[in-house]
Amino acid sequence: MRDVAVISFASAAVAEDREHNETEMIVPVVRDALAQSGLPKSEIGFVCSGSLDYLQGGPFAFVSGLDAVGAWPPLRESHVEMDAAWALYEAWVAIQTGEVDAALVYGFGKSSPGDLHEIMTLQVDPYYVLPLWPSMVDMAALQASAYLEASGHTEKDLAEVAARSQRNARQNPDAVRTGDVTADDVLAQPVTHHPLRDADIAPITDGAAAVVIAAGDLARRACGRPAWIRRIEHRIEAHGLGVRDLTSSDSARGAARAAGVADGNVDVAELHAQFSHEELLLAEALGLRDRTVINPSGGPLASNPVMSAGLIRIGEVARRITNGEASRGVGHAASGPCLQQNLVCVLEGD
Amino acid sequence: MAGNRVAVVGVGQTAHRTARKDVSMAGLVREAASEALDDAGMTYADIDAVVIGKAPDMFEGVAMPELYLADALGAVGKPMMRVHTAGSVGGSTSIVAAKLVSAGIHERVLTVAYEKQSESNATWGLSVPMPFAAPLVAGAGGFFAPLIRAYMYRSGAPRHIGHLVAVKDRRAALRNPKAHLHLPDIDLKTVEESFLLWDPLRYLDVCPSSDGAMAMVIGSEKVADSAPNPPAWIHGMAMRSEPTMFARRDQVNPQAGKDCAKDVYAQAGIVDPRRDFDCAEVYVPFSWYEPMWLENLGFCADGEGWKLTEEGATAPDGDIPWNPSGGVLSSNPIGASGMVRFGEAAQQVRGRAGDYQVELKTGKALGHAYGGGSQFFSMWVVGRDKP
Repeated sequence: MRDVAVISFASAAVAEDREHNETEMIVPVVRDALAQSGLPKSEIGFVCSGSLDYLQGGPFAFVSGLDAVGAWPPLRESHVEMDAAWALYEAWVAIQTGEVDAALVYGFGKSSPGDLHEIMTLQVDPYYVLPLWPSMVDMAALQASAYLEASGHTEKDLAEVAARSQRNARQNPDAVRTGDVTADDVLAQPVTHHPLRDADIAPITDGAAAVVIAAGDLARRACGRPAWIRRIEHRIEAHGLGVRDLTSSDSARGAARAAGVADGNVDVAELHAQFSHEELLLAEALGLRDRTVINPSGGPLASNPVMSAGLIRIGEVARRITNGEASRGVGHAASGPCLQQNLVCVLEGD
Repeated sequence: MAGNRVAVVGVGQTAHRTARKDVSMAGLVREAASEALDDAGMTYADIDAVVIGKAPDMFEGVAMPELYLADALGAVGKPMMRVHTAGSVGGSTSIVAAKLVSAGIHERVLTVAYEKQSESNATWGLSVPMPFAAPLVAGAGGFFAPLIRAYMYRSGAPRHIGHLVAVKDRRAALRNPKAHLHLPDIDLKTVEESFLLWDPLRYLDVCPSSDGAMAMVIGSEKVADSAPNPPAWIHGMAMRSEPTMFARRDQVNPQAGKDCAKDVYAQAGIVDPRRDFDCAEVYVPFSWYEPMWLENLGFCADGEGWKLTEEGATAPDGDIPWNPSGGVLSSNPIGASGMVRFGEAAQQVRGRAGDYQVELKTGKALGHAYGGGSQFFSMWVVGRDKP
């Protein structure tokens, strides 16, 4: 395998962006990520993005999104209808073939114009489950209930996660829900989807993020302390909630094992937990210990730009490695109802 | 080509029909995947990863359908990815799968592309009005017809050229039992007399709406060397994208298509594509795109493509058959149509194209797909012999 590192990361998010369309939201993050990398566009051999047409309510979100990059002369370019963490995976594979040495990856989405929780219902089995029209929050609440019952965790533990996320996010310019909040403040909120309260559910967020990755010497030249991608692995599990053990995540555990999370200390982990119980469940599945700082950015409970939120987890860890705060960390991304699909990226400094 | 040697070791596809009411979406993709695995002498358990592709989710109304299809494709416990690059997606998906092997990450990758157009209406799905954008409400044909008229103006091609392609590809499809359209009585007159959709395109100049799926098993050199059936070695693969529109862009003969062809030919040692390929499976959803892509892909000089079509060079018995399977004009499960091109090219060099097998001389074939506003291109060159 070639050594590949994240050498720059940029993101931007707000609760509701009424001034910019998706393409306009991408422009500044792509510009910033390229500028930080110090690489001229001609050195970027491959471009890959992640987005979801149903967020904008029309086909081909990525087609207009490409205008933010300026695809001229024509580019080697691809797109996944997945979180952009998987676009990063595709770009990492392209570098592994030896065809290119550097790649730009971006993800974007505006959740505010539509009803995100109902849109995500369109992910379920269209013949047997869709007619029941479960929202993504309904499904997450089922998992939360099963998880609390099996693990012995309580609603107070969920509230601790939610409150810490908001406190950590006070330093995060992309946070849309933040404050000096305690678990008691969260517990004072009404339960909306048993056992979840508003603060346990990721806020609606519009945003975009971009990352530049590069191989070997190019990464060393471009970045004082590259965040090396030691392993990146992803797994999917069964779709039907009825055939899965909702109290854990086989696919997260499998990806973590393959990525070698347990092979060293994990100083920091950014988990793509859109509900507070998911953070607890994922920390167990990934085998994280108490000494690991989880979601220092505030995580998705503070800022959840759908389709880039997973890529942002990797970017947040990379940034902490590059600035010397951490030497080894884990970025995690998830997709699908109740964490059906999980990606784990282990990053290290030199 | 960068990376390790890679080959197609299994190919499977469904019969393409207006509405495959006998299967669900999961049943459709599994039908193609199971056939590809049988061809490769494998089962789902042998597969390391699954890469699935399709065109916009709105064509069926399922968002990110890889989630729902994970079980049907045997992906549980494995890596699974979903590619979406508009009409070129079937080609791009094949390439993403092949790169997982050429990069040395996996040994055996299952790749599948599909569309079940009968679940919805693609022209509607392509024409959703967006804020601040000009409402085209025209579908793909309305978008491409002006480009075709520009090509006719530039090249001086006579009006019957498109109809010749429409007849040629439908006659070729008569030898392909899985093709959607079987029109034994088609001739120039029936095409000319079919009703006008978007000038100069008449009804029979246009691809059908199909339900269908295509699947391939991509293997490493070690896997291919012990495969039960002949492999198709991948000699080159490339993708290029350019913006939908800007002032200097040539939408009729796009630069991205030329660059992509140049890249893939250089990887595969193709100097003169008309001479060096035994056949080509090229994404021709509207009849006139055969002469247009003949030029874009360098099979002839600019302005000469229609002459190759007219003289019969691209017919199954011509010197460079294009779309001996019947092409997109005979079967169009949109998201799969690109992978059908890639897979049919592989079947030809494997000698497994049945009644529409071409004669193998160089043992090389081109698979091509394009999408968006003629702006996304994916291509591969496959060969009978190791690169």
